[in-house]
Amino acid sequence: MSFLSVKNLTLRLRDNRAPLLRDVSLEVSAGEVHGLVGESGAGKSMIGKAVLGILPRAVEIAGGEIWLDGVDLLALPPAARRKRVGGLAALIPQDPLTALNPSRRIGPQITDRLVDILGWKRAEAEARALDLLGEVQINDPARVMRQYPHELSGGMRQRILIASAFAAEPKLIVADEPTTALDVTVQKQILRLIAGMQARHGTALLFVTHDLGVVSKVCQSLSVLYAGRILEQSTVRDFFAAPSHPYSAALLGATPKYTDPEGSLTPVPEAIIARLRAEIAAYDEAHHG
Amino acid sequence: MADLTDGRGAVKRRIGTRLWLAGGWLTLLLLAAVFAPLVAPQDPLAQDLFLTRLPPFWEKGAEAGYWLGTDSLGRDVLSRVIYGARLALVVALVAGSITCIIGSALGLMAGFLRGWVDLVISRLIDIWMAFPPVLFSILLIAVIGPGLHSIILAIVIIDWTRFARVVRAEAMAQGAMDYVASAQVAGRGRIGTMLREILPNVLPTIVVLLTLEMGIAVIVEAILSFVNLSISTDDPTWGGMIAEGRASVYQAWWVLVFPLITLFLTVLAFSQLGEGLKDRFDPVLR
Amino acid sequence: MFWQKLIARIGTTAVTLIGVAVIVFVVIRVVPGNPVAMMLPPGATEADVARLTALYGLDKSIPAQFLIWVQGVLHGDFGTSITTRQPVLDLVLGRLPATLELSIMALVMAVAIGGTAALTGTRLRGTKAEGAIDVANGMALSVPDFLWGLALILLFGVLMPVFHISGRVTPSLELPFTTGFYLFESLFRLRFDLWADIVSHMLMPALALAIPLAAIIGQLLKQSLKETMHLDYVTLSRTKGYGENHVITREALPNAILPTLTLVGVQFTFLIGGTVIVERLFSYEGLGNMAIDAVINRDLPLIQGIVILFAVIFTAVNLVVDLLYTVLNPRLRHG
Ligand SMILES: Nc1ncnc2c1ncn2[C@@H]1O[C@H](COP(=O)(O)OP(=O)(O)OP(=O)(O)O)[C@@H](O)[C@H]1O
Ligand SMILES: [Mg+2]
Repeated sequence: MSFLSVKNLTLRLRDNRAPLLRDVSLEVSAGEVHGLVGESGAGKSMIGKAVLGILPRAVEIAGGEIWLDGVDLLALPPAARRKRVGGLAALIPQDPLTALNPSRRIGPQITDRLVDILGWKRAEAEARALDLLGEVQINDPARVMRQYPHELSGGMRQRILIASAFAAEPKLIVADEPTTALDVTVQKQILRLIAGMQARHGTALLFVTHDLGVVSKVCQSLSVLYAGRILEQSTVRDFFAAPSHPYSAALLGATPKYTDPEGSLTPVPEAIIARLRAEIAAYDEAHHG
Repeated sequence: MADLTDGRGAVKRRIGTRLWLAGGWLTLLLLAAVFAPLVAPQDPLAQDLFLTRLPPFWEKGAEAGYWLGTDSLGRDVLSRVIYGARLALVVALVAGSITCIIGSALGLMAGFLRGWVDLVISRLIDIWMAFPPVLFSILLIAVIGPGLHSIILAIVIIDWTRFARVVRAEAMAQGAMDYVASAQVAGRGRIGTMLREILPNVLPTIVVLLTLEMGIAVIVEAILSFVNLSISTDDPTWGGMIAEGRASVYQAWWVLVFPLITLFLTVLAFSQLGEGLKDRFDPVLR
Repeated sequence: MFWQKLIARIGTTAVTLIGVAVIVFVVIRVVPGNPVAMMLPPGATEADVARLTALYGLDKSIPAQFLIWVQGVLHGDFGTSITTRQPVLDLVLGRLPATLELSIMALVMAVAIGGTAALTGTRLRGTKAEGAIDVANGMALSVPDFLWGLALILLFGVLMPVFHISGRVTPSLELPFTTGFYLFESLFRLRFDLWADIVSHMLMPALALAIPLAAIIGQLLKQSLKETMHLDYVTLSRTKGYGENHVITREALPNAILPTLTLVGVQFTFLIGGTVIVERLFSYEGLGNMAIDAVINRDLPLIQGIVILFAVIFTAVNLVVDLLYTVLNPRLRHG
């Protein structure tokens, strides 16, 4: 049994019922790193948000199941669901500049979940936070715990958010493009840090990214999304050896080498896009009645 | 996104009805004021000591022709409310407009010309903000003496800062924008730029403020008549009626209630008109 | 940096206060008619009038009078009331507690009502209840304290007479107080009977003052709460397992409060200004009521003292709010 198992998840806009995710299924086993790739607007973040229960108000779940550690989250009442997710999963957000509360000190922002939701003693939680800040290579963690977010750099803040995500030893972490908001020079460090932490703690990771190069380094398996549909799911090894969907193949051709991030992109051919659009339209036709 | 647009539509619709209601009430009031001699059932000044404190028409003991009852001197409440609208509306329109012109001009100069002009005007605004406005107006009326002109003058003297503060801030914001610089590059003088480029852009704000100010002027007039400093005590004013009604509220509640409701609706109408206009003008909401 | 700012602030405050003093001084000395003549019994001689006029310094030029007045003020002497012949300072300070208590009670009510409205509105966003709160806010905002006062008199003084609508305390009660702060002192002395009577007198005027401010707080706070609710740190806190109530009050509220706070400062001075007419309306024995009497009686030294005191309160409130803003905003505190 996979640790996270999303089954036939369909999301749509509340008012005009336009689908955002169409029948999405994916499995992530314990300790596995699963990449979610696809162009902007494909619905990558929506999958992560659905799992964590933070979908925007305008979006509703039209069908499907989300099993986390053997329990269908969507069948739980909201409060129980929040508690369960809070104990088992965590988020590493995209933009470290906006993901820390500017009016609260760093320390409590790391320890609050441990104390309030998981019932740790404050001293234990603080010791844990200090350990983790050390693990994410923050100098003088005790001082940083007392500081406010605006006193820290973007890279430091992302390290803190990583530490905070790992604080409760979650079994699953959703990392939504955790490096895109950072300097190119810092990106690699943070990526390496996440990969290292993941390996040490044995946490499953749902890794949202645009960058197939990153996927090849960090992930074991991946899903390729287009317009809320999963086009291809496989292990990273098989995917990079021989992608099965022409869209993936085109993406792979378009991906700049990891060593040469500025390399030129060849766009996905028109013909493939047109075929995908037709498929999606046919799907919608079939499912709307 | 979508439920947002939906909600916005609802707000818009509500604003539409509110604008109509507000405009309708003010029009009605204006007509009543203009045609007061035709509309009012009684002479608002006529006292009748045999008909004092008559209740409104639906109560026992009411007298035909005195729809909303009479006060302690036997004067018809409805007629006095109608005649009171005259003073209220004159004050609203005249005092509101003069205040608007003076306050906006000062604010515009301070915000766009900056320098010592701004320094002086800002200091004055600070000083004005340190006065309790009601006390200031009562003091002014006590000094200049009662009467219509005094009320208007007092309102202008007290409330110009309402316009000056907002218009100054707006003019400063506008002055920082690119189009102003390009207008000046194109050879327009400072005053020319101010009047041709800045003024049209702050005009919507000014119009909204003017509407709100009219409501405020009506209140100030009522407060001054309430304190018995407005115009001669015989003349019907809403504030004067309220003062009398407050004193005899246990014996004749209607003397207080009807002018109060009228005042309430009028103030509400002016402010809803202002809010409605604000939403019309505001490009973000549109 | 901080000290420089503080000194600059005190400088402008001083200029403002001097400006207020000059304006009042000039305005009330334009008064036609000799106030002294009014206070003498009929049949007083010209000489009597002249003697009293000289006593109050009213025979000198306005600048000279101003200088004398300033000299007095610097020695804590604000002159003598013409009507009561008591020192202005004593009179004014005697009434100040009543007005302060009323204003503070109104402020507390406004924050409580407005805060509740904003939080409830945010909690129920997207529902009909939110729309209802918005409409109520809009109404409350457009109608000034004077009219709310009258409406409350009608509703709770006449229609359902549950509260007192006149005075500060029932006149027949024995008051053991040594300070003017009845509300606080009655609590302090554990005289809850007196406290209840005082509250019952204050509730309606305080509510009249509170309603417009509550509406402003409600509107502004709700707007900034709604903006804050979209931010990433709020979402992050949801993933930790926190519910809506916690997210609103602990994560969003502290950040949403700041923009409201600056505005509440100015609005609180408006509220204090509003006590003048509201006290009159409810025959509440505070500064404002005294001020109107002073104007009607042309008691120049008293008017002057009261206006200056109001100005001092206003500028002090603004100063406190500025300091509070600095303290509450970590970015300014450390920046
Ligand atoms: N708050 C929202 N309300 C309504 N629709 C939304 C909202 N956020 C995103 N969407 C829509 O949902 C779809 C999927 O968005 P999602 O954020 O999952 O894309 P993504 O794959 O993460 O893209 P990106 O790489 O740009 O982050 C998009 O079509 C987007 O327009
Ligand atoms: Mg995304």
